[in-house]
Amino acid sequence: MAENPINDYGFEQFLNEGKLMGSKCNGCETLYVPPRSLCPGCRQSEMEWAETAGEGRLAAFTSISIGTPAMIKEGYDRNNPYCSGVVELVEGARVVARIEGIDSMHPETVEVGMPLRVKFLNQGTDDDRGTVLAFSPIEE
Amino acid sequence: MYKKRKLGRGVAMVGAGMSKFDMFNDKDSKDLFVEAYIQMNASVDKGLDPEDIDALYLGNFTNDFFVQQSHWGAILSDSLGLVPKPATRTEGACASSALAFREGVFAIASGFYDVVLIGGVEDMSKRSTEEVAEGLALAASPYERKAGLTFPGVFAAIATAYFEKYGASREHLMNVTIKSHDNAPLNPKAQFNLAIRDMMAAKVKRAKSQGKAVPDWIDEKDFLRDERANPPIAWPMHLFDCCPISDGAACILLVAEEIANRFTDTPLHVVGLGQGSGRALHSADDLTYFEATRHAAKEAYDMSGLTPKDIQFAEVHDCFSIAEILHIEDLGFFAPGEGHKAVEEGLTRLDGPMPINTSGGLKCKGHPVGATGAAQLIEVWEQLRDKAGRRRVPKSDLRIGAAHNLGGTGGTCTFTILERR
Repeated sequence: MAENPINDYGFEQFLNEGKLMGSKCNGCETLYVPPRSLCPGCRQSEMEWAETAGEGRLAAFTSISIGTPAMIKEGYDRNNPYCSGVVELVEGARVVARIEGIDSMHPETVEVGMPLRVKFLNQGTDDDRGTVLAFSPIEE
Repeated sequence: MYKKRKLGRGVAMVGAGMSKFDMFNDKDSKDLFVEAYIQMNASVDKGLDPEDIDALYLGNFTNDFFVQQSHWGAILSDSLGLVPKPATRTEGACASSALAFREGVFAIASGFYDVVLIGGVEDMSKRSTEEVAEGLALAASPYERKAGLTFPGVFAAIATAYFEKYGASREHLMNVTIKSHDNAPLNPKAQFNLAIRDMMAAKVKRAKSQGKAVPDWIDEKDFLRDERANPPIAWPMHLFDCCPISDGAACILLVAEEIANRFTDTPLHVVGLGQGSGRALHSADDLTYFEATRHAAKEAYDMSGLTPKDIQFAEVHDCFSIAEILHIEDLGFFAPGEGHKAVEEGLTRLDGPMPINTSGGLKCKGHPVGATGAAQLIEVWEQLRDKAGRRRVPKSDLRIGAAHNLGGTGGTCTFTILERR
């Protein structure tokens, strides 16, 4: 693990391997996902990689009808909206991600707070965005 | 360390002018800024000799992207005939011209200049809607773009967190939209000039004349619930929750307080200035407030010695309806979680106790992003100098107004308090 630089490039490399990794501050032990190379709390740069459990809960979300150029290219539009949101990981850090497996046509039925598990989209493909971080509901 | 701020010497606003905000296919931001400058010039009660202008500070987000033209400070300085006086462009996304205003204030307060022109411009409508969205997204964090979040998407996510925490809903957001559309017809500079009710009537009339099915909306909210009339953009943000694409310019004259009476007998004094920075969406402490706004507000209140109760009306950055609700809480006008109720109760209407966005706000006045911060301060100017006509805040002794400007998804926020003495 040590070979990946603690920055967005290293983060992306781990996503390609199917790992959601963050950086942990050696001073205050706060976990940052995506990683930070400098802890904004301690303002020091002794950081090391830490793997997350890849689980969390939905903190906020949206169902997007008019998407980003990349999402429009994937075929999403007014008749086929997609969801993105903020996920609070069990470790406490929050990440922004695509949210799959929830009803994008009826977003009013989606419950903020629902448990989610990580998944990795476009892993190993030549999509120029690389692996895209996503979450989907944990089936009870 | 945090400390209470003060200016080295007082600064006053003595002139203000803006172009109409709209989508223009035969004017660029140079033309619009010249228009704003001419109006500013005409607004100076005792006249302005342009030779007296020491410098220009110009806010512009991204002419680079929208019209593939940068370096817009010096080029506009030339358009106004100010060459060889110095010109500086400021960029803080949608807060670019509030930053220009601050730089102008600092330049005068330091004693370096006495008379400074500040302004802002943006020329957005020459690009397609998708391209404009891409241009605005330049101010979001890279993580948000990769997650598929658009600008409306970020504010939509914030709305769901607010709904969850405080039990609010889309219906509350509609109250913001209806209020903004009620104010806008009273503002001749506004891009949209119809109240929702009038827009409904026009659509009914058109349907009848075309022999089409006549919509049977019972009231404004019924209209806003109709997805044909008000389609989702990024749920729960629908079309009428989002500000439009606009072109426009705004221009303000700032001078040292000690020479203000050479220009007017009723200057506005810059009594509170605040600016803060915020984090990306995922790393914010809490999704239901803007850290940068709270910091800007604290700085401005501390500097002025005023409290939220002293502010008689305010312009706030309603790029999306949910944003207005967060701002009126973050600025201390209403307690956290109470903003949506205040709007519902009509407290922020023009005739309410705390009028918000009397101009129609970004939603209706328009949002040429680089011009917005200055234009908000111009609304405060018009109100405090009794130039707001039919949208004048109906309070007997109107003395103190404020403007809040936000850049990006909350990365840059400013709060400025002006006083007529």
